[in-house]
Amino acid sequence: MNLAQVFFFLCAAGTLVGAIAAVASKNPIRGALGLMVMIMGIAALYLGLGAQFLAAIQLIVYAGAVVVLFLFVIMLLGPDATSATDMRGLAPRVLAGVLFAVTGGAAISLTIAVSKHHMIPRVGPDFGGVDAFGRELFSTGIVPFELSSALLMVSVIGAIAIARGKHGGLPGELKSADEIRASLAAQATSSEEHG
Amino acid sequence: MNHIDYYLVLSGLLFTIGGTGFLVRRNVIFTLISIEVMLNAVNVALVAFNRARPENHSGQVFAFFMIAAAAAEAAIGLAIVLSLYRLKRTVRSDEADLLKN
Repeated sequence: MNLAQVFFFLCAAGTLVGAIAAVASKNPIRGALGLMVMIMGIAALYLGLGAQFLAAIQLIVYAGAVVVLFLFVIMLLGPDATSATDMRGLAPRVLAGVLFAVTGGAAISLTIAVSKHHMIPRVGPDFGGVDAFGRELFSTGIVPFELSSALLMVSVIGAIAIARGKHGGLPGELKSADEIRASLAAQATSSEEHG
Repeated sequence: MNHIDYYLVLSGLLFTIGGTGFLVRRNVIFTLISIEVMLNAVNVALVAFNRARPENHSGQVFAFFMIAAAAAEAAIGLAIVLSLYRLKRTVRSDEADLLKN
């Protein structure tokens, strides 16, 4: 077992522990932190695969933005983010989960069964670096790159529109149009009385 | 079994963990976290395939776009969680039944 394999198994163990913690925790904060551990392990694995730029992007975008966004929402919801344990309808969900796990296990066994020994080609030190990656991204991938900027723009505007709500009210205020009219009329009469 | 296959097995394990969590959990936040785990599993496989065929960076560019798509998906998904919480005071996906009946 050489040093690269030791590195791989350490990172893989951390990644799997993080993923299990992310999916199976009771507390959403622990889930988000498990996701963070998994993302850092995957960034280290990218380094082992010669994808230095992607490792940096993984840390900046996932650990820096996505996990923080999860933590913001969990803290905004407060204690309500932890849903109480409820056993209703547990059997079909567990059955679906077991079926998925069995299918995934079969796929993993197939990967092991059909794996062949072939040499992994050597790569230069610039493979996966900013220079080589950027050249490919801005030549063959320029159209999807520009489209992804449009995607991010649309998704941010959509997220604001969805999270803000129709009346721009505080969270928890669900009012029909009639209720809003009634409350406005009540305010008007009370201000007339005081004025 | 060579080096790349270890990465593929890890990718399969991560995808299985994420998919099982997606099916079993009912808290919408954990559902979104499971989706992120599955997307990361696919990215590991793509980068590993790119390492096996390093003539170009296609796999890494694909993984880059998937990271962008995952960020957009997380923003929209968490906005929907907030919207659901405002409407129903819950984060459980089985109580989001506005289209029922």
